[in-house]
This record gives sequence, C-alpha cells and structure tokens, in this order.
Amino acid sequence: MANSFDQTLDVKGAKCPMPLVKSRKAIADLTVGQVLKVVATDRGSVADFQGWAKTAKNVELVAQETEQEGGQDLYVHYLKRTS
Amino acid sequence: MTIEMSETFDTQTLLERINALESRVNELEAHPAQGIEDRVAMVVFSGELDKAIAAFIIATGAASMGLEVSMFFTFWGLNAVKKQKIFTGKDLLEQGFTAMLPGKLGETGLSQMNFFGAGAQIIRGLMRKHDVSSPEELFGLAQELGVRMVVCDMSRELLGVRDAELVDGLETGGVATFLGDAARAKVTLFI
Repeated sequence: MANSFDQTLDVKGAKCPMPLVKSRKAIADLTVGQVLKVVATDRGSVADFQGWAKTAKNVELVAQETEQEGGQDLYVHYLKRTS
Repeated sequence: MTIEMSETFDTQTLLERINALESRVNELEAHPAQGIEDRVAMVVFSGELDKAIAAFIIATGAASMGLEVSMFFTFWGLNAVKKQKIFTGKDLLEQGFTAMLPGKLGETGLSQMNFFGAGAQIIRGLMRKHDVSSPEELFGLAQELGVRMVVCDMSRELLGVRDAELVDGLETGGVATFLGDAARAKVTLFI
C-alpha cells in the first residue's frame, strides 16, 4: 500500500547533516498530523531518521522505503508531525 | 513489596509524610534547571579543521533533531570562531601568537596529514566534490539553528585574542557556563 503524504522534500544529493536540517525546517512548516515525504540519496539518512524519530518529541517515522531511480538508490522517509 | 501488617496506620505520621513529599515536589518544580534536558553540551578545545567540522556537524544535526545545543570554545578551539587577525594594540607575545595561529576557520589545518595546509585544501575539495556543506556553511547553519556558542574568556585573554577578532553573535563565559549546561545535558562531548 502506498503511503499517503502532504508535502514532499527532495534532498537528493545532500549529505549529512543536510537531509536532517532541511527536513526539520520542512516539518516545522507542516500542521500537526501531516506527513512529510523525504526523498534522499544519502544512505546514512536511513539510520539518521530513525535516530531522529527516537529522540524527537514531535516526529514519528511512519515508514521508510528504498526505490531505484536511474541506477541510483533513493531512500524515502515518511515523517509525521505529531505535535 | 511486602506490607508490614503489624504497623498500624497512624494518620498523623501519614500526613507528615505527605507534607514532606509535597514540599519536596514544590522544591523540585521550583528548580527545573536541575533536571536533565534534551541538550548536547560540547567543549571545542581543538582548533583544527577536521575537528571543527565534526563539532559543527554534530551541533547542526542535534539542533535539527530538536535538541538544545551548547558549544564552548576554549583554547585552540577559538581558532574555529575567529574572523580576522588584529595586531595593533597587542604586546610582542600576543602578536607572536596572532601571527602563528589561524585567523579564521579558513586558515585552519588538519590534525593529521595536513602537509602545511595542502591536506586541508584537499579535504575541502573532497567535501565540495561530495556535496558536503563547507565548514563555514555548517557554522552559519549552527548559528541559524540557535546553537548556543560561548567563548571561554580566560583562554581568549591568555592567547591575546580580541573580541573584534571573533565572529559576531558569540557569548562570553567561563567553566561554570559550560558546566551549567553540561550538568543538565544528556550528551556531553570534548572535541
């Protein structure tokens, strides 16, 4: 089942810590309950977003998936703003 | 948990214990600063580029995760938050230190494999090639994200560094400034 989301953030090419920094800004622009879809190429972002969701009080990691695009791996994260 | 059946319920004693508990709770609530916060407190003691990069990446990452971040720049760490060199109004020894030390982050070298600055340039080139934000961008981002940056005044004086040589927007403090934040932090680092 495809995950639903309200906003998409493209951080392809961005390296640590930029996917996190940009997502944090994008999440702040959402209203509570909305979901942000983050598309990254940084492999470390998979564990990074898990760590963030574990630490943060206002973010829930709904799902993570890996996609292929033009021979490169895309790491897709769905983050819900919870407060 | 076992209950002492032989112990009789003395209302007076119970009330006293409740009162004691209440005053303890009030006391703790009046001093929330004593509790642990979602904070990272860092001592940036080293002034080399690679260590500064590590410090600023941790700071920006932590701030993005919603953690409060405090950075304390002391001793060689001051190199990471300088913006220029000033020689006027300094004594000979201070001028010597100024001449020998980097005048800004862009002049700092690596802690290993520096090769008189060539190593630092190679690392900067690699960071560009791999689309990693530059050390200067990371520093600006840290400020933007509200990272608290405190300069140790004692080491600033010791090394003859003037306020005008430091980046704008820094606080001044001492060891207690660090410990005040570190004692309440979940993460403390010495870089």
